[in-house]
Amino acid sequence: MTTLHTVNKSPFEKSSMDSCLAYAKQGSSVLLYEDAIYGAIKGTAVADKVAAMGGVNFYVLGPDLKARGVSEDKVVDGIGIVDYAEFVTLAAENDKVQAWV
Amino acid sequence: MSEQIKKFMYINRRAPYGTIYAWESLEVVLIGAAFDQDVHVAFIDDGVYQLLKGQDTSAVDMKNFSPTYQALGDYDVTKLYVEKESLEERGLTLEDLMPLTYEDEDDDWAEKDSIRLMSRAELADIMDEQDILFSF
Amino acid sequence: MAIEANGKTFETDEEGYLTNLGEWESAIAEEMAREDDLELNDEHWEIINFLREYYEEYQIAPAVRVLTKAVGKRLGKEKGNSKYLYSLFPYGPGKQACRFAGLPKPTGCI
Repeated sequence: MTTLHTVNKSPFEKSSMDSCLAYAKQGSSVLLYEDAIYGAIKGTAVADKVAAMGGVNFYVLGPDLKARGVSEDKVVDGIGIVDYAEFVTLAAENDKVQAWV
Repeated sequence: MSEQIKKFMYINRRAPYGTIYAWESLEVVLIGAAFDQDVHVAFIDDGVYQLLKGQDTSAVDMKNFSPTYQALGDYDVTKLYVEKESLEERGLTLEDLMPLTYEDEDDDWAEKDSIRLMSRAELADIMDEQDILFSF
Repeated sequence: MAIEANGKTFETDEEGYLTNLGEWESAIAEEMAREDDLELNDEHWEIINFLREYYEEYQIAPAVRVLTKAVGKRLGKEKGNSKYLYSLFPYGPGKQACRFAGLPKPTGCI
């Protein structure tokens, strides 16, 4: 079964994203939103962990990047930038959602 | 309505008392038990602290809900998974946790352990098989 | 809401459950029963006391099916069935008996 994992806490403050990465299986998707968008920025310690995850699709919520002043060109290559409608589509496309709140 | 039984998993990642999550989760599990689904409860990250032995809240003026975990067996919630890595990272072993048991109706009411120690990889597989996940 | 018993006033919630479990005394159960047109006998008290012990041990008021099973285990099969328990507590052994026992509304009764 496919799972959409969502993370909304900064990986520099909470362990939610680490736990998420430990549980995300191949073929699943991870969506970073709210303060978790800081986990999608190039050149950080977290970016290396994201890059090391093979077979997992990463997404980041565009409106939350914009709100926090993070331009889209700062986002790690390969992480898809989505809007709210695409977030909903992702949730619907997967069998279930795991929210790493 | 479909009569098909679904796999429900409640995922606990927070310590008790500091936030309301642990108690809310426990209440939701007990209420949800009325729906006769296949219930699984996971304790990972700080969630393992919920099951620590010897909790005594008398000096902090909060309800000590740790005895309520003992009632899970009565509510037919018998699959409690504790993640091995989370225990180890916190310097804990199963010995530090409350023993939780249930009586197996299909085995002459034999008393059995509800807590199952699982590696992160095993638990990820079990999580993958679930129909619905509830996160606390 | 409130209930008068033994010359005192006790606060209850909107469904008639005692607000403060620690204030409970047997006169409250008797007064609640009187309001429900019931007279409490030894069989009622056996269940009320059982519920109070259950709460003391587990910190929750059990759902009716859990109560039924637990009564059967502790007090015998002839008492651990809904027919017997409903004959004692016609408004539901979970809700009515828990209310008499000063417990909150049962967890898992929907």
